[in-house]
Amino acid sequence: MNSKQSGRRRFLKEGAALAGLAVGAVRSARGQTLGSEIPAARAKDLRAYGEPSRFEKAARADLLTPLQDTLGIITPAALHFEVIRYRSGPPDIDPRQHRLLIHGLVDRPLIFTVEELKRLPSVSRIHFVECAGNSSPIEVVTVLGRRKSETVQQVHGLTACSEWTGVQLSLLLKEAGVQKGAGWLLAEGAEPGQHTKSIPLEKAMEDVLVAYGQNGEAVRPEQGYPFRLLVPGWEGVSNVKWLRRIKVVDRPYMTKMESTGYVALWPSLGGKGRWFNFEMGPKSVITFPSGGHRLPGRGFYEITGLAWSGRGAIRRVEVSTDGGRSWKDAQLQEPVHRMAHARFRLPWNWEGEEAVLQSRCTDDQGDVQPSLAEFARTWGVKPDYFQATSNRVNHFNSIYPWKVTREGSVRNALFS
Amino acid sequence: MRYFLNLLGPGMALILSVACSTALAQTPTYKLGRAPSAEEIQSWDVAIGPEGKELPPGHGTAQEGAKLYAQKCAGCHGPTGTEGETSAKGRRPAPPLVGGQGTLNTPNPVRTIGSFWPFATTIWDYVYRTMPWNEERSLSADEVYAVTAFLLYRNGIIQESDVLDARSLPKIQMPNRNGFVPPEPVWKAPSGNRSRTP
Repeated sequence: MNSKQSGRRRFLKEGAALAGLAVGAVRSARGQTLGSEIPAARAKDLRAYGEPSRFEKAARADLLTPLQDTLGIITPAALHFEVIRYRSGPPDIDPRQHRLLIHGLVDRPLIFTVEELKRLPSVSRIHFVECAGNSSPIEVVTVLGRRKSETVQQVHGLTACSEWTGVQLSLLLKEAGVQKGAGWLLAEGAEPGQHTKSIPLEKAMEDVLVAYGQNGEAVRPEQGYPFRLLVPGWEGVSNVKWLRRIKVVDRPYMTKMESTGYVALWPSLGGKGRWFNFEMGPKSVITFPSGGHRLPGRGFYEITGLAWSGRGAIRRVEVSTDGGRSWKDAQLQEPVHRMAHARFRLPWNWEGEEAVLQSRCTDDQGDVQPSLAEFARTWGVKPDYFQATSNRVNHFNSIYPWKVTREGSVRNALFS
Repeated sequence: MRYFLNLLGPGMALILSVACSTALAQTPTYKLGRAPSAEEIQSWDVAIGPEGKELPPGHGTAQEGAKLYAQKCAGCHGPTGTEGETSAKGRRPAPPLVGGQGTLNTPNPVRTIGSFWPFATTIWDYVYRTMPWNEERSLSADEVYAVTAFLLYRNGIIQESDVLDARSLPKIQMPNRNGFVPPEPVWKAPSGNRSRTP
């Protein structure tokens, strides 16, 4: 045990003792106005806001979601990935000070306080949020160094799925009265740098939320507290966090994000860029067994993983244990939500042979997850292009193989 | 012709009634929130679109921008703007801002302001809101015009003495403006299909 861990243990023990004191203080204070006498230790009251067992190790590494450790379809808010757009921690926004401005091509510009926004009719919906660069085969340099691609967390950890609660953006826009000639929105965040993104009005009226709840609690600061835009099925960059302004406009604003890296530059287009690649295509990946796992011995294992599509609900997931020569239908966890992670499972008996495990999903639009060769064909390249290029590879949704060796260790086999 | 107009009659009435019901649906139902003042809207309305309608007064040239670039930008983006960074601590590496022309159709495309960005207004917008790193919104409008002019000059798009302001900036034709499909930044392809990635 290193010193950091022993420090944590000590903190846990002392914290528990203090927690007991704090609970006692609250009890004795009941019915009296002794709020100021509640010890400061309440903030560290581990029973007031629970923690996972100390034996559980699920954690974000490089701020990526540990997909190999999540169960079912919901990602705990604390394990939701982040793509850093701030310097030292998320903005610390006091909800009493925060406002949402809606203006531009509207009859009635409006400013909402957080309290006012929460008084409006709300909905809860389960949706994934996925970064456009998730699963990219390019070992890009990130904020925390060169990205590795050994585990499912490292390769696919820029997706997460939550139950989001909030107000439909269409309701807010109707309150403001959208004018003729409007076609787009510009959404803006309140953080330093003020991330902005253009979003078609049609999508805004269809299913976009201003979300203040995530998995039964307030959206966390890292996820956009006090509220964020939630744009179901579209590139993560559209889901503007710390939302403070919506301007209704007639055309896209061509912000830096939509003028550079998020433009597709496929060689098949002969050097031309293809802008606005909003929807995330159908994708699935086996999360167990996956890269970095080691099977302790022959026998029964449940192969399991996640599938999702930005175009609708997952209808079918097939699993191959022989590198794609034969496929079996996996069982889908019901209900399957639209534009949400779907959990799939398939019983498997490992006889100790070398095996290549991979999954392939189909959504309710009939779109099938492509093989690496099919994905490369759309780009107009051979698969090995993706091992060498410095081009940005977004929307990479190829079938993803993991190889189980005879010794039981599991490795990334995309290019082998 | 009259017969044709008569035929149109009921159809027109239907369109009018649909329009009316749309308008009705747009009256506020919940009446929460308040009306902002014109000053409030103006102070928040800083993002710049391709038409440059929101650009503030001010002006600058590349000559003025050169000094600012050396002081505020070169530390990350490199002395000439062609370098960028390969790694950085605690943030994404700063990209090169200059050069890259002729690389877009190669296995290693370099997307810079000069080789890729379709609209000059985007430079002003991004520099003003997000730069320099750690000192966002510290540059004056004149300084942002000057740095924008310097970056356009270094990319061979304007002359060193050209004055950039709210009128001249949106008129600049970027070299790669016609390097996109579809030609205009529309969401849906002319066929009506949503643009799809594989």
